[in-house]
Amino acid sequence: MLSRTADHLFWMSRYTERAENTARMLDVNYQTSLLPQSAAVAQVGWEGLLSISELLPAYTAKYGQAITPRNVMDFMVRDESNPSSIVACLRAARENARAVRGALTTEVWETQNATWLKLASYLKTQDFERDPGAFFEWVKHRSHLSRGVAIGTMLQDEAFHFYRMGTFLERADNTARLLDVKFHAVQSDFFGAASELDQEYDFYHWSAILRSVSGFEVYRKVYRDVISPERVAELLILRADMPRSLAASLNEVVNNLNVVANDLSDETLRRAGKLQAELRFGRIDEILSTGLHAYLTQFLDRVNELGGRISQDFLVPTH
Amino acid sequence: MSRPMFDEMNASPTEVRAHYENYARWLAQQPPELMAAKREEAEMIFRRVGITFAVYGDKDEDGAGTERLIPFDLIPRIIPAHEWHSMEEGLVQRVSALNRFVYDVYHDQEIIKAGIIPADQIFQNAQFRPEMMGVDVPNQIYSHIAGIDIVRAPNAQGQGEYYVLEDNLRVPSGVSYMLEDRKMMMRLFPDLFETNRVAPVAHYPDLLLETLRAVSPATTAEPTVVVLTPGMYNSAYFEHAFLAQQMGVELVEGQDLFVKDNFVYMRTTRGPKRVDVIYRRVDDDFLDPLVFRPTSTLGCAGLLGVYRSGNVAICNAVGTGVADDKSIYPYVPKMIEFYLGQKPILNNVPTFMGRDPEDLKYILAHLPELVVKEVHGAGGYGMLVGPASTQAEIEAFRHAVLANPSGYIAQPTLSLSTCPTYVESGIAPRHIDLRPFVLSGKEVQMVPGGLTRVALKEGSLVVNSSQGGGTKDTWILEA
Repeated sequence: MLSRTADHLFWMSRYTERAENTARMLDVNYQTSLLPQSAAVAQVGWEGLLSISELLPAYTAKYGQAITPRNVMDFMVRDESNPSSIVACLRAARENARAVRGALTTEVWETQNATWLKLASYLKTQDFERDPGAFFEWVKHRSHLSRGVAIGTMLQDEAFHFYRMGTFLERADNTARLLDVKFHAVQSDFFGAASELDQEYDFYHWSAILRSVSGFEVYRKVYRDVISPERVAELLILRADMPRSLAASLNEVVNNLNVVANDLSDETLRRAGKLQAELRFGRIDEILSTGLHAYLTQFLDRVNELGGRISQDFLVPTH
Repeated sequence: MSRPMFDEMNASPTEVRAHYENYARWLAQQPPELMAAKREEAEMIFRRVGITFAVYGDKDEDGAGTERLIPFDLIPRIIPAHEWHSMEEGLVQRVSALNRFVYDVYHDQEIIKAGIIPADQIFQNAQFRPEMMGVDVPNQIYSHIAGIDIVRAPNAQGQGEYYVLEDNLRVPSGVSYMLEDRKMMMRLFPDLFETNRVAPVAHYPDLLLETLRAVSPATTAEPTVVVLTPGMYNSAYFEHAFLAQQMGVELVEGQDLFVKDNFVYMRTTRGPKRVDVIYRRVDDDFLDPLVFRPTSTLGCAGLLGVYRSGNVAICNAVGTGVADDKSIYPYVPKMIEFYLGQKPILNNVPTFMGRDPEDLKYILAHLPELVVKEVHGAGGYGMLVGPASTQAEIEAFRHAVLANPSGYIAQPTLSLSTCPTYVESGIAPRHIDLRPFVLSGKEVQMVPGGLTRVALKEGSLVVNSSQGGGTKDTWILEA
């Protein structure tokens, strides 16, 4: 297929996934901030949210030093100048879809377009401010819908595989960043919970992270135990059956990459396969012994590099 | 000033024309609320499907997008089959002659030698491409896809008579609206199609693909056809994407193409793939920066060289515009006689040419009654509709015409026929035209009808979508 078409499909799904993950993080923080016990966690969360997306300078330039929920939500939802905001992501997703609408099924295109039209009317009114929770829920649902419609209607040709690759590469990136929130917010790593207060804090922090990836019930089901940071990390990094984990995301990236392999892509496949194998055969105690933040930082670098290589090999070839 | 009118549906306030009887009876039975709901439904569907066009230099209320819907009117424009059959004959004749003309211009120039068209009319035409002299194109076809604008106006007997207003031979657009309008009508009012024998149009993409494949270079049995678009910010982008999808071919931009070893390739995820036929929706000027506008990023460097070697087909051909200039239009009836030895079946609108001193005198003396057009203008820009203009606008045009007489032609203001149309106050007559799409490959063919455009403003004669025009479904009705 046309490289440019593949590129648009890849970014269409990446931006949709990014909008969903932003909504997930905002939603959990918003819910957490409503409880007095967890308000401190939420405050850390708002900061972390900006920091993991590397948006702190842009935010303070616009709103000043004070990090307030309203301002963060405003910035991350409706601010067009913020490339990670939900409106910017959904606009980019829709623009990419429009650029290749002929390569999409009618249902996929209409889903993207309807999402955009509804978002525009959402933001014109004060509906989002009135009920942020309902809005975040809506964003998530539209993402589920567009993924489902694509799976349910698209021919499973190359177009489909690039579309899927974008989703999971973005998800790997986003989940890794989410796990790193605490480091970014308090500049401390994983095991900071010496006092009882810290332990209580940790509980809210890690359960908030679980909830943001729809993983709270999953955790209980898998571990049948209290929330512990090590297990949360294990679930979200290594469990291949957890759909938003790094392992699951990399499996999908590699599966789709294998199908579209071309003459240029051997090295890309090798690196993707290596990363996948490390997740498959890795152990959480090994990862934690080198430090979670250090691990996630190199993981993000490698995912980023993989994205660059996929671009070079398939999406924007020089010839 | 009152001019004679011709309404497509109503012969008089009390009398409906025969071919509209069935529809008029049906319409009278529909409750207004139902029709209002159908109009809303249509608009909602068009928006969700994204059947939009972009307006140059315009912004929507958010200042963000520039996508607009083309208003769709629920009342169809109906043409009885016997009228269509003679129009169709006339179109085949006219487009055949025009293709012969372009071939002649770039080869032996018999028509100039015969003294029928003055040489300077051709060589000073901005659309004349010297690069095409002596180049042979497949089947000697230049305008593979032509959109011929036809209007109807009352004659002295009060009958409606069809005239060709304009030949669009380069990259005519609008066919996607023809197809989507029909789809919409069948979705909103399926019952109408059970009780009326409306000729189908949905096979247009098949005919188009057949036409494009027919002109492929002989080097391959399975030609790769692509649609070349300037990109998603072009006003007709929806149509480009639509046609590519309907034909099942790639929609490419200039950046997707490159030339190597005298062939054209597109960049794919599996490496370069050869392209044999390019249905381009990009003007000549932008096609190849090495030959035409050097700053263009919409085309492909080296494309023209490959084309001249016959290793790729470009539809419509480069240089076709020489035949659809408004300064050439007045000669088309003579072309038909010259090349085909036939009497023209379709009439031209009587036309005065600014380059002719007698005509110029007439134009300047009758500006308030005439429609004056820039010979190179398109899309309803650069045009004066005398009866609808202010004194100041008329004077501005007088200066423009005097400064460059050969840049203008003028025609009597035709009272374009009207068709009942939904407007805010209810149903009222509005002026319409018709653009059939004529395909020339191995043979000349078309789907019955075309795109009917309607000027929604009361009294307006400008039907262009860029100027607030709408569209209607067009029915060729078998008795």
